[in-house]
Amino acid sequence: MIKHHPKFELLQSFVNGELPASLSAGIAIHADMCSVCQDKIAQLTEQLSYASFEEVYLDIFIVEEADTLHNADDDNFEQAIAAITESSNIDIIEPKIEKAITFKDQVYTLPSVLNNMVLGKTANIGKLARARIQLDENEIHSSLLHIEPGGSVPEHTHNGFELTVLIAGTFSDEAGKYEAGDFIMLDKQHQHHPISEQGCLCFTVANDSLHFTQGINKLLNPIGAFIY
Amino acid sequence: MQVETTCLPNDSISATSSNMSNQINHNELCQWLTAVANQRDKQAFTHLFHFFAPKIQRIAKSKVNTDAQASEVVQETLGNVWRKAHLFDGNKGAVTTWVYTIMRNVTFDMLRKVKSNKEDTLSDDIWPIAEAGNIQESDFTDHLANEQLRAVIEALPDNQQQVIKAYYFMEMSQDQLAVHLNLPLGTIKSRLRLAIGKLKAQLGESHD
Repeated sequence: MIKHHPKFELLQSFVNGELPASLSAGIAIHADMCSVCQDKIAQLTEQLSYASFEEVYLDIFIVEEADTLHNADDDNFEQAIAAITESSNIDIIEPKIEKAITFKDQVYTLPSVLNNMVLGKTANIGKLARARIQLDENEIHSSLLHIEPGGSVPEHTHNGFELTVLIAGTFSDEAGKYEAGDFIMLDKQHQHHPISEQGCLCFTVANDSLHFTQGINKLLNPIGAFIY
Repeated sequence: MQVETTCLPNDSISATSSNMSNQINHNELCQWLTAVANQRDKQAFTHLFHFFAPKIQRIAKSKVNTDAQASEVVQETLGNVWRKAHLFDGNKGAVTTWVYTIMRNVTFDMLRKVKSNKEDTLSDDIWPIAEAGNIQESDFTDHLANEQLRAVIEALPDNQQQVIKAYYFMEMSQDQLAVHLNLPLGTIKSRLRLAIGKLKAQLGESHD
């Protein structure tokens, strides 16, 4: 059973579209497996949509004078409407395709949110394998991390946050055992040493304060830079 | 809850966050959108455009950098409304919710283009359209006791329903609710107390 969920504020930002693609994808992967969060997201979407459109509605009454858009001539509207309705084509939604990804002969179904993201080449160290997801979000790095049975990630901390969403398999650390769907958000207060007896595939997102500590980090812990 | 048309009656959309809700005629919006879907009705689309465009422009302005980009969000969002109207399901949620998700997705892809110079459109994968606003079905997990509970909850006054749903089903704290609804904590507490009292009375009776 899934025990670890995104906290409320994170879901709210997710629904609002305020999170980077990496974290949004992490929540989408989790929600795909977690009906509790799916329900919360649906409810939040409803509430936020009413709130935005109603507040705006209210606003229009208050600041009508100052609003340039409200004075915008109907010509603009009509042109815009004409441009849209010119074509009567409709969007056809293509059925969801399932993509697979293989790590060390083990085949996994790729979470559908990653379907259109570009994956880098897989790099291997011992029982760990990592494929970077090329989202180009500056200091935020997203990856698929595969741990072979019996593999582990050396004890580490992070300067920023570290999100792990368990896609398949299990792993455990000092805080307990994690199962598929678990959404594990850690920050620099947490120190952990994940071990996977049966092997697992994770989606990870981390931001590193590259400027100050990467050099030292690398020196002390070369594997840190490899993984995140 | 029975739904006779594809458009929900106004009062069934109750999880609103302010008492201004009755200023939006959800049923009318739904009829317009249905007309766009079924008849490609340009007049109905014009109504929708006039209703949503100024609001979207305003919301977008607070998120993107320039007025031109905000106008692009308006045009792109309403273009999607025109092309995707047939995908809207009035039994699953309000038109405002559906348009909100489209606007959110358009804005997300545009900001990503601006920030990361990426031309990808990831939003439809992150928020798949089929899942948008399936609130009516997924409010509660599906078994008989919940059906009964749902009926009893839906008989409560709107403002009590709202706090009960948010508090128990979304696990929002009383403090979060107060902030979210912009109400004093005391009001939240008393609404919850009233609502729970009524639920107890109702469910107690039928369990005897």
